[in-house]
Amino acid sequence: MTVLYAIAGAGILGCALYMVLSRNLVRMLLGLSLLATGVNLLLFLTGRLASRQPPIVRDGEKVLGDAADPIAQAMILTAIVIGFALTVMFAVLVLRAWRSVRSVDARDVDAAERLGTTREREAVDD
Amino acid sequence: MTDGWLLVAPVLLPLLGAVAALILRRHVAVLAAGNVAVSAALLALSILLFVRASESRSVPAIVFGNWPAGMGISFTAALPGVALVVVTALVALAAALYALVDVGPRRRRAGYDALTLALIGAVNGAFLTHDLFNLYVWFELALIAALGLLTIDRKPAQIDGAIRYASFAMLAATFILLGVGIIYGITGTLDIGAASAALAHRPPSFASAVAAALLLGGFALKAGLFPFHLWLPASYHTGPTAAVAVFAGLLTKMGFYSLLIVLAGVFGIGTGGLGAAQLVPLLGWIAAATMIVCVAGALAQTDMRRILSYHVVAQVGYMMAGLALATSDGIAAAVFYMIHSIIVQANLFLGAGLIRRTSGSWDLTRAGGMVRTNPLFAAVLAVPLLSLAGIPPLSGFWAKFIVIRESLDAGMAWLGGIAIIAGFMTIVSVSVFWSDACWKEPHGRSVRRVPLAGLVAMSILSAATLAIGLMPQWLWIVARLSAQAIGALSGGAP
Repeated sequence: MTVLYAIAGAGILGCALYMVLSRNLVRMLLGLSLLATGVNLLLFLTGRLASRQPPIVRDGEKVLGDAADPIAQAMILTAIVIGFALTVMFAVLVLRAWRSVRSVDARDVDAAERLGTTREREAVDD
Repeated sequence: MTDGWLLVAPVLLPLLGAVAALILRRHVAVLAAGNVAVSAALLALSILLFVRASESRSVPAIVFGNWPAGMGISFTAALPGVALVVVTALVALAAALYALVDVGPRRRRAGYDALTLALIGAVNGAFLTHDLFNLYVWFELALIAALGLLTIDRKPAQIDGAIRYASFAMLAATFILLGVGIIYGITGTLDIGAASAALAHRPPSFASAVAAALLLGGFALKAGLFPFHLWLPASYHTGPTAAVAVFAGLLTKMGFYSLLIVLAGVFGIGTGGLGAAQLVPLLGWIAAATMIVCVAGALAQTDMRRILSYHVVAQVGYMMAGLALATSDGIAAAVFYMIHSIIVQANLFLGAGLIRRTSGSWDLTRAGGMVRTNPLFAAVLAVPLLSLAGIPPLSGFWAKFIVIRESLDAGMAWLGGIAIIAGFMTIVSVSVFWSDACWKEPHGRSVRRVPLAGLVAMSILSAATLAIGLMPQWLWIVARLSAQAIGALSGGAP
């Protein structure tokens, strides 16, 4: 089971990295959010799928059944929130880029590169 | 109890300031004064914390939620984090003073002060935390604040720069998160001290190698080390100067500090621990390539911000050279270099911003005449520039000298040689910079006066550089103690 999860996680990461390398900014955005998903799946495995570490011990009981590692879950929960925040942030950037150059091709979004090229003659104000 | 409050104050104070700045968004004058006041208070509290931490025999620490040590998220006032918090506050104060002249009402209403304070809080959090996952979270908070600052004017160039920055940083964050997750999987703890103690008694495994490689990759991306340096000069030149000075000073060093803590502290490179033998040769090559390639990049540019951006990453190469030596003194050299570099880089960006204000262009070929119109500014600017080049008696000389001396001592003379070559190239770049901006006659345009607040901001940082340069001994002691503290982590001591 663990191996299956690991392979699935690695597959998602591979697809995500392929998409991040794309020239299309929307694909890059999707790739980055997919990347976060793949990492979360792999983080699950670090806490073992079914460890014997009980987060809460019920009153009067000595032995518990299967319980998952709470720290791994807390990590994933935090990572999901952060991943969402960053994806939204990146989506806003892509949207602004599309508004200014009407293109989502990374080759067209090159205003920063042109700004400071050697012997740039145009003074840019604040 | 007061120690606990003092320990979280460097994080809590700027974050509370950020909330207050959001509420008072419309009152521009209050924002400007508040930013300076919070930064000054932060500096005072950080110095107090540093003194407390150096006085007390045991390291002040706090575990949130009163968990036993090693279980909950903890903050510790250990070196080198405490020293870096003091330097962070110094840079924050200088940037806040510079913002008085550089950041207008429009940017302040857009949230400049709230974002800057949140960034400072996040950087301090990363320097003080003793928990790997917490470290990752502070990196993300700093990233979001930095993206906000970088795009504050919503110009196409800023959006483009932010896209480059965001995509690289998110990739790095993913690597870091995976590395942290794997370490948790191996050791069952996220506490830095407990994790390194658990790793020390364990034979090297495939998982630990993958974790070390992922963390090296992720933090190297954040620190701008070769071959991941390309995003930095492509994005740093678009933001407001005061903010970029903070970025240049702190963000790459935050990445390098984490690299130092993880590789030397958790994986025990300095003490011959797990993974040391495999990673050390690689680190040397990364350091050498960063130094040479990035200084060469700086020589090819004429835009002041681009030149300085390349220098930012080139300087990280020197710190990496210290870490690559894998000795306790090498790590001390890296810490010394880090503290010197934070002050100098921030100061240089402030100086470039003032040149731009007075001569009207970021391009060095169009600047000039500063020495005649603003002689005091030319002198203040010379301090960080000469320090960057490593001219005695400024802080940069000692930092380079220590790195080169330790590389000779550690039997890696070739690394010291490359550091010397890169140093000569830096001297060329710096002399071109100063003589173009200050000596050369401007092309038919008048040069205005430098605003006083900007000059005061630069003078604070230049004075700090001079102080380190004239009295390097005590900072070297701090650096040595830092190296011992990092070594003690991997030695398995609690």
